[in-house]
Amino acid sequence: MQVEEKEFKPTIVAFCCNWCSYAGADLSGTNRLQYPANVKIIRIPCSCRLNPMFILRAFQRGADGVILCGCHPGDCHYTTGNYYARRRMTLLFSMLDFLGIEKERTRVEWVSAAEGQKFAETMNDFVATVTKLGENHRLEDLRCKKQ
Amino acid sequence: MDNMEISKEIQRISGVNPRKCMRCGKCSGTCPAYDQMEYHPHQFVNLALSGKIDKLMESKSIYTCLSCFACVERCPRGVEPANIIEAVRLWKIRQQNQNHLVADQIPAMLDEEIPQQALVSAFRKYKK
Amino acid sequence: MQRIGVFVCHCGTNIAATVDVKKVAETLLQEPGVVYATDYQYMCSEAGQNMIKDAIKAQNLTGVVICSCSPRMHEATFRKAVAAVGMNPYMLEVANIREQCSWIHKNIEEATEKAIILGRAAVAKVHLNAPLIAGQTPVTKRALVIGGGIAGIQCALDIADAGYQVDIVEKEPTVGGKMTKIDKTFPTLDCSSCILTPKMVDVAQNENIKIYSYSEVESVKGFVGNFTVGIKRKARYVKEDICTGCGLCTEKCPQKKVPNDYNLGLDTKRAIYIPFAQAVPKVATIDADYCTMLKTGKCGVCSKICTAGAIDYTQQDEHLEEQYGAIVVATGYNPIKLDAFDEFAYSQSPDVVTSLEFERLMSASGPNGGHLVRPSDHKEPKTIVFVQCVGSRSTVECGKPYCSKICCMYTCKHAMLCREKYPDTEVYVFYIDVRTPGKNYDEFYRRAVEEYDVHYIKGMVGKVCPEGDKLKVQASDLLTNEQLHIDADMVVLAAAIEADKSARPLATLLTASMDTNDFFTEAHAKLRPVESPTAGVFLAGCAQGPKDIPETVTQAGACASKVIGLLAKDHLVGNPCVAHSDEMMCNGCSTCANVCPYGAITYETKDFSRRKDGTLMRRVASVNPAVCQGCGCCTVACPSGAMDLYGFSTKQIMSEVDAICK
Repeated sequence: MQVEEKEFKPTIVAFCCNWCSYAGADLSGTNRLQYPANVKIIRIPCSCRLNPMFILRAFQRGADGVILCGCHPGDCHYTTGNYYARRRMTLLFSMLDFLGIEKERTRVEWVSAAEGQKFAETMNDFVATVTKLGENHRLEDLRCKKQ
Repeated sequence: MDNMEISKEIQRISGVNPRKCMRCGKCSGTCPAYDQMEYHPHQFVNLALSGKIDKLMESKSIYTCLSCFACVERCPRGVEPANIIEAVRLWKIRQQNQNHLVADQIPAMLDEEIPQQALVSAFRKYKK
Repeated sequence: MQRIGVFVCHCGTNIAATVDVKKVAETLLQEPGVVYATDYQYMCSEAGQNMIKDAIKAQNLTGVVICSCSPRMHEATFRKAVAAVGMNPYMLEVANIREQCSWIHKNIEEATEKAIILGRAAVAKVHLNAPLIAGQTPVTKRALVIGGGIAGIQCALDIADAGYQVDIVEKEPTVGGKMTKIDKTFPTLDCSSCILTPKMVDVAQNENIKIYSYSEVESVKGFVGNFTVGIKRKARYVKEDICTGCGLCTEKCPQKKVPNDYNLGLDTKRAIYIPFAQAVPKVATIDADYCTMLKTGKCGVCSKICTAGAIDYTQQDEHLEEQYGAIVVATGYNPIKLDAFDEFAYSQSPDVVTSLEFERLMSASGPNGGHLVRPSDHKEPKTIVFVQCVGSRSTVECGKPYCSKICCMYTCKHAMLCREKYPDTEVYVFYIDVRTPGKNYDEFYRRAVEEYDVHYIKGMVGKVCPEGDKLKVQASDLLTNEQLHIDADMVVLAAAIEADKSARPLATLLTASMDTNDFFTEAHAKLRPVESPTAGVFLAGCAQGPKDIPETVTQAGACASKVIGLLAKDHLVGNPCVAHSDEMMCNGCSTCANVCPYGAITYETKDFSRRKDGTLMRRVASVNPAVCQGCGCCTVACPSGAMDLYGFSTKQIMSEVDAICK
């Protein structure tokens, strides 16, 4: 019996800070700017709330790409949060490299509350990149992957 | 090359961004050779901006400018009008496919009233 | 196990057109813990809210998930609704299936699947939600105004009028600020003192206002509603409560060669002085740098002459600590130093003055009693040249990149007053642009040109050379395209204004942010113009940016209303989504305190021994929930995982990740 080959739809987790990027995502919705449905957004108070562990957990549970969106440098609602996030992510990226996870699977983007257009463009671009990379096998927990 | 392109090239050689000029005229207010020149420092900037650089190139002003750099020193926006003149001089030299000025071709206009450009330049360069 | 209810909103057709809402509700009902699921046209409507309330009561729900528009839109509405029937508002989560689902997708199948996943993530989060209660902190009903210029005075008067206590801290011996030095005010040409001094008297007499003159703010601790401020009262060597302000000592003091700050050094005063006749408080002050008694121990004339016995050479700086609920920053401005502008010969000739010095020369309380004469030879000037934008709008090092805003108008005023008082004087104003936005401002400028015949010349002065008793001014006239050479008697420079030097260290004390020009930044440039991003700190006057008197008074009033709004509250309700530390896991490493932008984390040594006998003392972090803003930076920094954030806990976010990736 031949298995029907389904189009690969990556699972993307987007962490968005409450003050800029989540509002930016809302704005792209208000402006009806399309981006793929594979992107699921999790709201966090600030980009610095993102524990690098969350990203690893997502990869473990079968996510194919993780993106973090925060306020532009200097615009953080909590003044310095995004600087911490940027440093932590830089460290994490070098570790992901070590683990053999393609660094294109993770990304940090600064999206302000006024940049609905940028949010949609970023998501389209990111989904395209991850789709090209294919499924993430490195960290996946085989028990979690859908059959 | 049309005038606009030459103006762009002059901007590139001189490193001057004429858009920074806020037209205060302090350069012309400070210029010691003002009355000897057809075009004045604030006009250099404007000519470079509007692409009418040919007017400046044909003018004797470029050899009357003393290169004292008072305009550069005083400009509140850091526009450096005298650098445009330097660039225009350089452009004229390059146009003639040689990298030095032929003495005969310098307009003979040695004015007794004002010091010669080379002399002033030397003072400026070696004053320290 | 939670009993969760799921409510899916159609939002008319906004959601229902692309998301199969029935299917979403049915699928989510299968989730563990979900005991009730339904859909409705408009969840946010009265009927929709009642539906939620009824379900909570009927089904005994412990948690609620609303699948609707963005939580930024209606989270507060729904939280209020559930709270009305006794559920903790933080037991509710919103899944955003409008802005982040139905509006951006066209395929119904895809959108429905995504809506289900988003709903599932919200359900997973609610499972781990815990009731949160917002902390309350009391408000100290007293305000501190730093700076006693017109901004500080107006703000203090307005706050005091509302019945609250206000303290003014002023670093000079008298309140009044720059406005006391100004002769006349544009555009009405009122006498500045005549409109200011009544306000200064009001401040002195208002029983709600206390003035700390000759004082500085040393330290600021605490947070909105509860600031503890250290104030240094500099020794003035005169007992403030005994001195009657008779001024006898200021006439008899033998040390006469003290530069007079009030007249910007244009004349001299004695070592013991009262800045000016209308000073508030009217108390003498000894300048310790010049007083012979304080320097050598030999003199004591003032103490002999003082009948009240107010002089005290042994006085020391006093340090106070006071409680405040709100702090207003009104530190004001100063003209920049003109040392770097050699071309205008400011340091070479006494006849080249700044506009503020010119203001003193014109003033009746100035060094010449209001008779305009040259500082060098006391002759009346016949030709005066005004130069605008000296240091303003300049991107080179010695200048300021911004427009100082007030110079166009005061130069216009000076030119007009000169022509009015001395009609035989020729007045030239060299301008780059004349900026007169304001009520009756442009009319004022036109009057100077048309009625008073002031020569306005478009162009800048290139250099000023003192030659004999004249000042040779070389300038360009850009409209006639010629260079002008004017023999002037006086040159007046409209120096740029900059924030007071005390502002930068004060901003550090207050943890209030500043821009690159040392002006305090406002919380929002348009919508919150008098508040600093630091809660409880408010901005008035030139501390926030250059502005003229009417604007300063307007801003001070606005600032006062914000302060009153804060002080009128008995308690401040905090955000309950704050960080907290698990004391059993904390090892007291201080990492969290280092990353906290608010200084909300402190350490205490606690006894962890079973019998509380002090055998197991450990240093653990504790978070002040009133100061914590809930960014969560510390939760990630904590190496032992002791820090967590209420409302966005590590487990909650993890469960959301799991639900999405499943």
